[in-house]
Amino acid sequence: MTATAETRRDEPPKVSPWNDPRVRSVLFQALLVAAVVFMIYEAITNASENLQRQRIATGLGFWDNVAGFGISQSMIHYSEVTSTYGRVFWVGLINTLLVAIVGIVLATFLGFAVGIARLSKNILVACIARWYVELIRNLPLLLQLLFWYNAVLKALPSVRDSAALPLGSFLNNRGLFMPKPVTGPTFDLVIVTFLAGLALAIGFRMWARKRQERTGQQAPVGRVTLGLLFVPSTLTFLLLGNPLTFDAPVAGRFNISGGMVLQPEFLALLFGLVLYTAAFIAEVVRAGILAVSRGQTEAASALGLRPNQTTKLVIVPQALRVIIPPLTSQYLNLTKNSSLAVFVGYPDLANVFTGTVLNQTGQAIEVVGITMMVYLTLSLGTSMIMNWYNGRNALVER
Amino acid sequence: MTATDAAGSVRPPVPPSVAFVRAGESAPQPAPSSVAGPWAWIRTNLFTGPLNTALTILLVLLAFWTVPPIIRFLFIDAVWSGADRASCIYTAERTAVGACWAFVRDRAAFFTYGFYPIAERWRVDVFFVLLAIGVVWLLNLRAPRRDLAAIYAFAVLPIISFIFLSGFPALGLPTVPTNLWGGIMVSIVVSAVGIVISLPLGILLALGRRSTMPAAKLVSVIFIEFVRGVPLITVLFMASVMLPLFVPDYLQPDKLLRALIGIALFASAYMAEVVRAGLQALPKGQYEGAMSLGLSWGQMMRLIILPQALKITIPNIVNTYIGLFKDTTLVVIVGIFDFLKAIEAARIDPQWAAPTVSATGYAYAAVFYFICCYAMSAYARSVEARLAVADKR
Repeated sequence: MTATAETRRDEPPKVSPWNDPRVRSVLFQALLVAAVVFMIYEAITNASENLQRQRIATGLGFWDNVAGFGISQSMIHYSEVTSTYGRVFWVGLINTLLVAIVGIVLATFLGFAVGIARLSKNILVACIARWYVELIRNLPLLLQLLFWYNAVLKALPSVRDSAALPLGSFLNNRGLFMPKPVTGPTFDLVIVTFLAGLALAIGFRMWARKRQERTGQQAPVGRVTLGLLFVPSTLTFLLLGNPLTFDAPVAGRFNISGGMVLQPEFLALLFGLVLYTAAFIAEVVRAGILAVSRGQTEAASALGLRPNQTTKLVIVPQALRVIIPPLTSQYLNLTKNSSLAVFVGYPDLANVFTGTVLNQTGQAIEVVGITMMVYLTLSLGTSMIMNWYNGRNALVER
Repeated sequence: MTATDAAGSVRPPVPPSVAFVRAGESAPQPAPSSVAGPWAWIRTNLFTGPLNTALTILLVLLAFWTVPPIIRFLFIDAVWSGADRASCIYTAERTAVGACWAFVRDRAAFFTYGFYPIAERWRVDVFFVLLAIGVVWLLNLRAPRRDLAAIYAFAVLPIISFIFLSGFPALGLPTVPTNLWGGIMVSIVVSAVGIVISLPLGILLALGRRSTMPAAKLVSVIFIEFVRGVPLITVLFMASVMLPLFVPDYLQPDKLLRALIGIALFASAYMAEVVRAGLQALPKGQYEGAMSLGLSWGQMMRLIILPQALKITIPNIVNTYIGLFKDTTLVVIVGIFDFLKAIEAARIDPQWAAPTVSATGYAYAAVFYFICCYAMSAYARSVEARLAVADKR
């Protein structure tokens, strides 16, 4: 009697297979996998059938066909007559990257400024910053883009009545015309000097840091860095006799010649993206600064740090730890939102490739698939870089 | 301060014989003007230090430069009534034309209903009223029977709305094809469908992502990361041009349905991450406590985990809805005639071709979206404040 009871205690309790968690889990997963496989199979068979009936080609054969349409802005050589769809892809991708990178840089500066302004002791500054954030965050980005493009930039005066801006620039409904820097043959030497200065500055910072850790003595890092960066390169620039000239735009009767132009499509998209993302970054920055507790500031002043040292050595490093992860997702959002270029006619990837190329070839699966892969790669790439940076800044816990 | 000091503060009255000692307490003097009063307030809040003084002066100048023209444009020079473009163009006597509100008044019905047949527009109004009831009932935390409200909003309302909007000939409601739907109505339908579908699907995906079953986890992770890694426009393109290729001929979805599928899938992935954050925020003890009570996985989720997790996620869920509501403007790309598209179509209509019509149309859209989104974010903040009070207790 007792023996059987003891053996029973060692065995797992008997349950019907239907109630066994392991059996259930295997069964459920088998069903799930079967459903997914079935869906994929159905999709593939239907797609091949539909494509055949509609006589749409498959595969990437279209990549080398001549595109035959014009693109208003291209950083690489592009010709309406000879360039292929593959070329269109690269033009679009480069334009996407251009607006995303410039946008990220500008939005970061504006966002940090507004985020700090929201915490300002000056009530007027804090209030304006707050209403900027509220207004921008509660309006659709598309509405803002259309407003900048149709109601502001397209409503500017025509070429004949261009508004003259300082530094020989012109603003009209065809864009912002600016002087174009023209580099002389010896300008490369200036760049080389600057890069050498940069390398020396980085070396000096590392040496100064090591020395401070060893001996506690501080070196004037800021002043030396500035000096290394700018004194040699400026001297080279002047010794070489000013190898940089500017080609200013000249206003004619019907057109403006010379210089370089930022098109209204690019300006509207950049403006909209920067203002929109900056409002979100401002909130991220504000939350990050508020997350550093007051005791940190007080402890820093108790240790005898000056206010600017407190900011640089105590507050910013801790705030950055909170700021960086959501900042990353804002950068990704900006990159993804740059696809709204479709609506203002800026020739980015989503516009020229997913829009025009898809219309001309009809190869939806290939074109949309390639576009999605590009954005996925950009997203994963950005988050990998930011994760690496975040890992360096993260709190080291026991 | 010691006890004797505190006792000493109630001194016995000094004999009045000593002339230089005050008999009673003197009246308190007003605080010096440097720490109290309007000037002190202005000094501490606007003019602390040279930087703040400079900023204040700069901003005041900026306000004088920008605010009066905006007010002039929106109200003083605005045109309030008129039948067509003639009332909003520059003439010899009218050299300054502000916002053309006559255009918005003339086109208000078009902005709200799109091409929906005029005789049937009362059905859309019924839909708006039913939706408003659902929203108030569900969101008001003090409303009675909010469990019924959830059933109403997530099951009853979609069916009734579909019957009313799309039509049901047997009940005497003629069918209105979706290509006639437009304006604010379509914007609200698209976002409402996104909201109603994304919450349950998002919860499922979040549970899948946290599941111990490798297959369920893999499927959820791939779906969530894929959708979150690409722009909404490409998801809409996929739903609009790839989806018709993937389904057999007899199942071809119509244009609105395709956009709805795209929006719902997109919103679900974002909702999944929001719900997952809520699930992760719950202490492990809640899971262990539920398991030690012998609850099954389903009971544990339904009775213990999800109610708490969803409660703390309400603010984030509402913020996701704000994003979704703003994102619905992108359905234009697949040919849906939403609110913004109605404004675009009306502003380039030659009947109202006047210089300020575009800006007026955008201002109207801005007011609409701002009110909706601001109301939602104010609600999210109030719930957050309420939860913070509950946590402090």
